[in-house]
Amino acid sequence: MASYRDYLAWERLPHLWCAGCGHGVILKALTLALAALEVPPDKVVVASGIGCSGRIGDYVTTHRFQGTHGRTLAFATGIHLARPEVKVICVMGDGDAAAIGGNHLIHAARRNVDLTAIVPNNLNYGMTGGQFSPLTPPASISSTSRQGKAEPAFDICHLAVVAGASYVARTTVYHVTEMQKFLQEAILKKGFSLLEVLTPCPTYYGRYNALGEAAQMLEWLNRSVIPLARYRQMSGDEARYWWRGRLVDREAPDFLSRLKGAG
Amino acid sequence: MVILILPAKTGKQRHIAIHLDHNLCKRCGICVAFCPQGVFVTGDDGYPVVAATEKCTGCQLCFYRCPDFAVEVEVDK
Amino acid sequence: MATFFWQGNEACAYGAMAAGARFFAGYPISPSSEIAELCSRLLPEREGIYVQMEDEIASLAAVIGASVGGMRAFTATSGPGFSLMQENLGFAVMAEVPCVIIHAQRFGPATGIATAPAQADVMQARWGTHGDYQMLVLSPSSVQECYDLTVAAFNLAERFRSPVILLTDAALAHLRETVTVSDTPPPRHCRPQPEGDSALYRPYAPGPDLIPAMAAFGDCYIQRVTGLVHDEQGYSSSAPAVAAGLVRRLQEKILLYQDELPSPVYTGPEEPEILLVSYGISVRAAQAAAQRAQAWGHRVGCLRLRALWPFPEAVIGDWARRVRAVLVVEMNYGQLRREVELAVAGRCRVSGVNRYDAEVVTSGEILAALTKS
Ligand SMILES: Cc1ncc(C[n+]2csc(CCOP(=O)(O)OP(=O)(O)O)c2C)c(N)n1
Ligand code: SF4
Ligand code: SF4
Ligand code: SF4
Repeated sequence: MASYRDYLAWERLPHLWCAGCGHGVILKALTLALAALEVPPDKVVVASGIGCSGRIGDYVTTHRFQGTHGRTLAFATGIHLARPEVKVICVMGDGDAAAIGGNHLIHAARRNVDLTAIVPNNLNYGMTGGQFSPLTPPASISSTSRQGKAEPAFDICHLAVVAGASYVARTTVYHVTEMQKFLQEAILKKGFSLLEVLTPCPTYYGRYNALGEAAQMLEWLNRSVIPLARYRQMSGDEARYWWRGRLVDREAPDFLSRLKGAG
Repeated sequence: MVILILPAKTGKQRHIAIHLDHNLCKRCGICVAFCPQGVFVTGDDGYPVVAATEKCTGCQLCFYRCPDFAVEVEVDK
Repeated sequence: MATFFWQGNEACAYGAMAAGARFFAGYPISPSSEIAELCSRLLPEREGIYVQMEDEIASLAAVIGASVGGMRAFTATSGPGFSLMQENLGFAVMAEVPCVIIHAQRFGPATGIATAPAQADVMQARWGTHGDYQMLVLSPSSVQECYDLTVAAFNLAERFRSPVILLTDAALAHLRETVTVSDTPPPRHCRPQPEGDSALYRPYAPGPDLIPAMAAFGDCYIQRVTGLVHDEQGYSSSAPAVAAGLVRRLQEKILLYQDELPSPVYTGPEEPEILLVSYGISVRAAQAAAQRAQAWGHRVGCLRLRALWPFPEAVIGDWARRVRAVLVVEMNYGQLRREVELAVAGRCRVSGVNRYDAEVVTSGEILAALTKS
């Protein structure tokens, strides 16, 4: 039986993330999911972008790839096509995945490349000091929106569904068991899977928006999400919540199968 | 680290060990806030302290939620 | 031996196949599109993969990913696309990922003239991405050389664990010439492979010639690739000593072995008075002009550069001692001339024959300039 310990580079700890940062919880869930699935570490590539979350590769015993900001899915497409037997798990912050990498996300989902994309959504750019991202809720305070963010946000999960992803889900680091379950499903899924994980950045988003310390932020996250089925029945109140759950889980040929079929 | 033996609901004895690693803990307070049984309290130095060992049910929530790999709960059945 | 009548782009694509390329990712752009079109046919026939990405940033990213997966991978583009590739070109330098970028130069800046030739991206190829690094850049001047130097580019990429840029241009890309191809496949240089205990493998520990052994994803040797400054284990680091050591090794792994690059080729009288220095498509006019001048009794020779970067400074410096004047023939406002001036260091006169009107330089223009030298 594999243990999560086998996937963690213990000698690299403590990690560089702030106290209470959710990125560590996601790292743990990932190692637990890999152990549960018993994927050998040398058959996994953790590919990440640039940002606090992008440092995840420094703490795993699997293969690791850290590309340029926003381009992870494009690199990963090449890795996957060259080594289809290896699980490529991409970890990209909300800035990385939704802003600079938005186009790559659309096309990786459209091609249905057999990759797993994890988007730790901490509602801001952590690494660069708490500026707003495309996923930052409107009116939020950030280091570049002191009066409240003027732009709207968008739902990256719905984007992935419309683009063609095979599996799309959202949860939070509060919901640890659900996170691990969704992760396992996403990793096993043939085709493009995306899991958005709402996660606290107490250092910036939490502080700017007076949401308290890590524990209070987790409480706040828990209060701010409702299960997808209930969300769908809401009328009028949706803007105050995030839904959580499995948005899509469907079968469709993945990119490499299509390529080989056409060849 | 605390090792305790407590009578489980079945009447059988369970051995539960809670390991806290001060080298990794960043004193975020998550384990203290979310243990359903109130097993932890915050010490004077800000680190969590296992205060009510006998209440631990081995639910592992503190382990899952600790962002820093600083707490582990070992349950022997 | 077999002969073909290929255009420059075709010769590049077939050269890549001969060199063992199995992965192409690109985005269509004139005047390089024929390479992508041909690869979309040739690669699936060879168990290879062609993918058309959403832009050139993604194209080079996918190429890099495939290369770390163990495939010989390349892309082809032109001006605007080459600009977009600069980000990941630097990544390939830093992460030491072998890959080949064929860049058919077109008239710029910006969208410029899509179908017109220029040689104005010589400096961009050298310095386009940020940071402190060496770049390997080859410049073919005939369709035969498009084939030969593409093969060389793949081998150099593997040899140095580095991106290699092949600079052609709109004229050469579409020029048709006879190409001779040997029946035996060209020799293949492969990236050094890790050996021994996998637990002891350090992805960026320098091996022979300063090149680290390169595991592929999925091997039992755990590979850690990053564009951040990294230690020998492949873990990110911001320690000044680690940064300095890395930058020094990245420089020296190329500079100390520069003589392995295709050297400049001289044609002309043994003791020339005037030396024409040229590269790429302009070489043809330079050689024609030199021959004409020789027929008129002038001692004019022509030096054809095949590797532009690292610049063959020593070779140019030697020639500077032997000639009265050097004329640099290129299709830009005078980019490589400055580099020649540095190498010449005042030992002889340096001037340029420059064309920057979207037309190829002619031997007549060079002869006119020669009469003034
Ligand atoms: C091309 C480019 N632009 C900007 C940056 C600077 N940068 C580094 S990380 C980052 C954003 C990080 O935010 P996010 O992706 O949400 O990840 P987080 O740090 O919050 O985990 C930015 C803008 C960069 N590295 N590269
Ligand atoms: S700045 Fe925010 S996202 Fe970055 S490590 Fe700190 S808490 Fe985490
Ligand atoms: S295992 Fe559960 S009950 Fe025991 S200390 Fe941890 S959170 Fe509390
Ligand atoms: S959750 Fe972990 S890091 Fe936070 S206080 Fe508890 S043991 Fe320390």
